[in-house]
Amino acid sequence: MRMIYAVILLLAVLVLNFSMMHLAPGDVADTISQSMGGADQEILDQIRADYGLDQPFLVQLGRYIGNVLRFDLGYSFFYNKPVTELILQRLPATLLLVFVAQILALFIGVILGVISARKPNGIASHFVTMLALFGYSAPVFWTGILLLIAFSLKVQLFPVAGMRDVTIIGGFWVQFVDVARHMVLPVITLGSIFLALYSRLSRATMMEVLGSDYVRTAKAKGLSEREVVYKHALKNSLSPVITLAGLQFSAVISGAVLVEAVFSWPGLGTLAFQSIIARDTPTILGILFFSALVVIVGNLLTDLALRLVDPRMRGKG
Amino acid sequence: MKRIVRSLVMATALTASLAGFSQAEEPKKGGTLVTVLGTNVRNLNSAVQSGIVTGFPGAQLFASPLRYDEDWTPQPYLAETWEVSEDGLTVTLNLVKNAKFHDGTPLTSEDVAFSVEVIKANHPFKAMFAPVESVETPDPYTAVLKLSRPHPALMLAMSGQLMSIIPKHIYGDGEITDVKTHPRNNENVVGSGPFKLTEFKNGEHVILERFDDFFIEGRPYLDKIVMRIISDPAARAIAYENGEIHMGAFESLPRIINRLKKVDSLTVTSDGYGAIGPIDWLAMNTTKGPLADVRVRKAIAYAVDKNFIHKALMQGTANDSTSGIHPDSPFYAAQDGYDLDLEKSAALLDEAGFPVKDGSRMSLTIDFGWPGVKPQVEYVKAALKKVNIDVEVRASADFPTWAKKMGSGDFDMSWDTVFNWGDPVIGVHRTYDSTNIFKGVWSNTQGYSNARVDELMAMAGVETDPAKRKALYAEFQAIIADELPVYHTNTVPYHTIYNTDKVGNPPVGIWGTSTPIDMTYLK
Repeated sequence: MRMIYAVILLLAVLVLNFSMMHLAPGDVADTISQSMGGADQEILDQIRADYGLDQPFLVQLGRYIGNVLRFDLGYSFFYNKPVTELILQRLPATLLLVFVAQILALFIGVILGVISARKPNGIASHFVTMLALFGYSAPVFWTGILLLIAFSLKVQLFPVAGMRDVTIIGGFWVQFVDVARHMVLPVITLGSIFLALYSRLSRATMMEVLGSDYVRTAKAKGLSEREVVYKHALKNSLSPVITLAGLQFSAVISGAVLVEAVFSWPGLGTLAFQSIIARDTPTILGILFFSALVVIVGNLLTDLALRLVDPRMRGKG
Repeated sequence: MKRIVRSLVMATALTASLAGFSQAEEPKKGGTLVTVLGTNVRNLNSAVQSGIVTGFPGAQLFASPLRYDEDWTPQPYLAETWEVSEDGLTVTLNLVKNAKFHDGTPLTSEDVAFSVEVIKANHPFKAMFAPVESVETPDPYTAVLKLSRPHPALMLAMSGQLMSIIPKHIYGDGEITDVKTHPRNNENVVGSGPFKLTEFKNGEHVILERFDDFFIEGRPYLDKIVMRIISDPAARAIAYENGEIHMGAFESLPRIINRLKKVDSLTVTSDGYGAIGPIDWLAMNTTKGPLADVRVRKAIAYAVDKNFIHKALMQGTANDSTSGIHPDSPFYAAQDGYDLDLEKSAALLDEAGFPVKDGSRMSLTIDFGWPGVKPQVEYVKAALKKVNIDVEVRASADFPTWAKKMGSGDFDMSWDTVFNWGDPVIGVHRTYDSTNIFKGVWSNTQGYSNARVDELMAMAGVETDPAKRKALYAEFQAIIADELPVYHTNTVPYHTIYNTDKVGNPPVGIWGTSTPIDMTYLK
């Protein structure tokens, strides 16, 4: 049943986006002419005819939906490439960035949350609160540029842009270190927002759990503070955090657009941004389709993770 | 009688002096030049795709018949020598005999004929080869272009990125118009230029390596060129500064240019943009409303202070531009500007029948197509307020939205940037030609029509005597500056930035990076 809903939703998203793209004035022929420094009317008409842009709206829409149902995401007018190829080329970079940022933010966020929950009025707790506030309110691109100035220009620790240094030749580990070096700043930038969210949430739930009856019982049994916190309380306080992490999945992808732009990270975000500007409808719709897929998979993973930490969930659905 | 324009001997002497342009030291061989592109490349085949982003890799991959020196004099490249017949209707190219494509196939006159056909059918600048009726190939090393009328613009159109010779045996496998979307435009690209394609990763980089069989002995000097794609100007600036990038072109943000000028390791220069000829202007729609009256357009020019634009907005990075032709072009004829004069402006508006009523003479709109020129637009609004013209700034969501408004004449005023693209016939005529009104963006979007201007452009287009051509364009520029379909304000402050200690002989000729960089080397 859920799958059917998902398919209907996906179709609705496609129709809606296609219509919106169509409503906007101008089309990809205009952007192609921009990238060429102007074009003759004849050339513009030829481009529109080549790509079927001169057909009525419903014909174009029908054709597109038909193609998607046959798992053909179409051809990018702007990049002269099949959309699937474009997306598959860019997807790994985004997934790598998003997963690493998400996992690190989750891990560090929960630890910081727990530390500050144990002594809510201690210095560490105030520090975490400050950090969270900063991370959440600072615009991503600003954090990014600031990090670049600090760690690429003043202290030249990390490279400015891209994912790899193509002048470096070497085996797997050399490449691995190179990519890792390129990842540090974008991951910190993207992770900072989520770190804030997770630390705040885990702090709040942890404080709530620490005040509950079974924790008091555990303490009364004579268990050490460590055991109480990490064995009993943490497990129970995790499920809201994991739910949030799942919900944030789509937000991480949208956040990646800005981070990718600042660091020229060759991922889907940059592609999405460029294709929206270029009115490259097939690519935009293709990316939306893929993002929807990623969100669905993300939700599924969240469900699984919840079952893992919370046995009560295992019997359901 | 035919006149031979250049001989190989002279050219060798000249290229030697070219190499010595920046410094006397001996060029070193080898090394990887790391450079940058500000936007993603759509297409590497410069025979079907124009634009500055394609131009850089395109001119390395594909060779053209001619190249130009700093003085706008044509030099041999694929064409060893060339002849223009007395009547101007026949242009004969004598090709070098040792030119090979990257796959080892010899380059012949067949490829030249094929390329002309492809460019005519697919390239956006129709004016370049419109008069070329046919290309005859009497032997493998002679290509004869037959013209329907004399066409002096052909010389520049045969250089830089404008006439890429592409191999017929690769791109000739389908319809001529299909070359536009040929799969080999982006992968396994085969040209005859100094560098061949190693890897093109969309959105990431273009990597080129030395073509060992390049037809000019001993060149190119570099082993490899890495063109990274970094679209964020702030990130690019940091990369120049910390040495990650050796060289880059088309940087235009005044703030960043001025900052990088202060960095000791970098050279920042505005040389190298003469043929591309980018100029900024205030476009005025002459077909409707108060702007149809030339006095109103003049009043606006008198009220908009160019000095403010140059000093405050461009922060001294741009040059004055007073006519439709770029100041670096040999055809440029400087016109008297409209120095700030609010009284004169008010008087002109009164005379045109727009007195001040309730504090306002008229309401106009102004558009802009990209965020970079918003300050100019806001300034025009403030400046015109002083002569009681209310201006509403209309932002466009993106380029296509703006392009639609411009292309259909749905605007009063707009900020615009247009490139000359070599000869005035290619990039200048389109703005003023009365047969090119409202034909999409960068056509005659001002709806301007003047029979004498049409006539002057037609005459200059076929005039083979450079001095007479220059005189025709001088009259043309005077009329444009007087009738103001557009008010020319400044050149686009494009700058080339390179690491002074690392890059030898950077491409700062008339075509900038849209020309082969076979003479550039790493120190």
